[in-house]
Amino acid sequence: MLTGTETITESEEAADRMGFARLKPRRKSFVPDQTWISHMELIRDHRDKEAFAAIFSHFAPRVKGFLMKSGAAADLAEECAQDVMVTLWNKAHLFDPSRASVATWIFTIARNRRIDILRKENRPEPEDLPWGPDAEPDQADVLALQQESSRLKAAIQALPDAQRDLIQKAYFGDLSHREIAVQTGLPLGTIKSRIRLALDRLRHVMK
Amino acid sequence: MNDSIHHHPSEEILFAYSAGTLPEAFNLMIASHLSLCDHCRALVESFDAVGGAVIDAASTPTAALSDGALSSVLDRLDAPAPLAPPRRSAGVLPSPLQDYVGGDLEAVSWRPVGMGVRQALLPTSAAASARLLYIPAGAAMPDHGHHGMEMTMVLQGAFVDEDDYFARGDVEIADPSVEHTPIADVGADCICLAVTDARLRFKGLVPRLLQPFFRI
Repeated sequence: MLTGTETITESEEAADRMGFARLKPRRKSFVPDQTWISHMELIRDHRDKEAFAAIFSHFAPRVKGFLMKSGAAADLAEECAQDVMVTLWNKAHLFDPSRASVATWIFTIARNRRIDILRKENRPEPEDLPWGPDAEPDQADVLALQQESSRLKAAIQALPDAQRDLIQKAYFGDLSHREIAVQTGLPLGTIKSRIRLALDRLRHVMK
Repeated sequence: MNDSIHHHPSEEILFAYSAGTLPEAFNLMIASHLSLCDHCRALVESFDAVGGAVIDAASTPTAALSDGALSSVLDRLDAPAPLAPPRRSAGVLPSPLQDYVGGDLEAVSWRPVGMGVRQALLPTSAAASARLLYIPAGAAMPDHGHHGMEMTMVLQGAFVDEDDYFARGDVEIADPSVEHTPIADVGADCICLAVTDARLRFKGLVPRLLQPFFRI
């Protein structure tokens, strides 16, 4: 239950080679985002180390790769990836699945750690919104957010390699938003729907 | 929703905040603005979501951890961090600024800079500077930042320039090539956060902000 594999069928790979990926994001049998949320709940409510190990094995190598691509040496990236995972455990009760996917939450922790270690700087964060993490999030909001996150990931995955590389580089600190917009176009439509969703959610809560 | 803010930072700067490539003083400006502006907060959270998708995408480069990394992390797992009270300011300074000042307005160490104007430098990294400005009602804003890029956000009162009116939460992005003289509105003394980087020209802001020299 706690493990998953990423497999792509041969026919889908063929479709990719033939350039169909942009028309139809490839379907993959992978750990659905909802599973990561269940894992986070197991960590939060039961301090479940098996669930933690599953998240670790998927995300820790990604965080280490992200930190190395951002300019950290391998040993520093290793140390920080471990720190990020410890933070995930210690702050599991602060994770809000109606506002972020598990991957997004991990990205923000890793980014802040990167600023901390590579620049020796604090990263100012906006103040908290007027609702707390202890309020149980609305399940419809959680579902909408996770579906949107899955679509976003699929859209990025479906990009031609060169364009996807640009997006990655931007988050590794190499490219501006405008350069991405000029050179890809596609994910920005998805970003815009994500913004609408976020605004709707804020309006809903702040009424 | 707070729809009273009419002047926002550019999308490029909000993106750079999400990607983590701005100097500390500009991060402080954006964090303070997001504390007051739900629209820009939603935009930044959306950029964060793209960052999450990038981290999670199958194509993203991974780096295997050392043998025994998981067990050494498992050994470090501890009790959950205590739940902190919500970090939310009821004062004039949003929480990110209070963290730098050590409190709200009463904790600011103002220094006079002439004509009734006072300022307080905030401790950020040297890549850019941040300060609070206190401008008496009706007085002209000090002439500043003409060698570089400057962003000014109103925290109390308001100021006006030739074309626009800036109130709490509004961000003015000054272009040093344009002569203009903002004046504090007569209604109240004006308090602003100003961040500047003398090495940055306004038009070249984004590409240069994204250059590696900020990643020391």
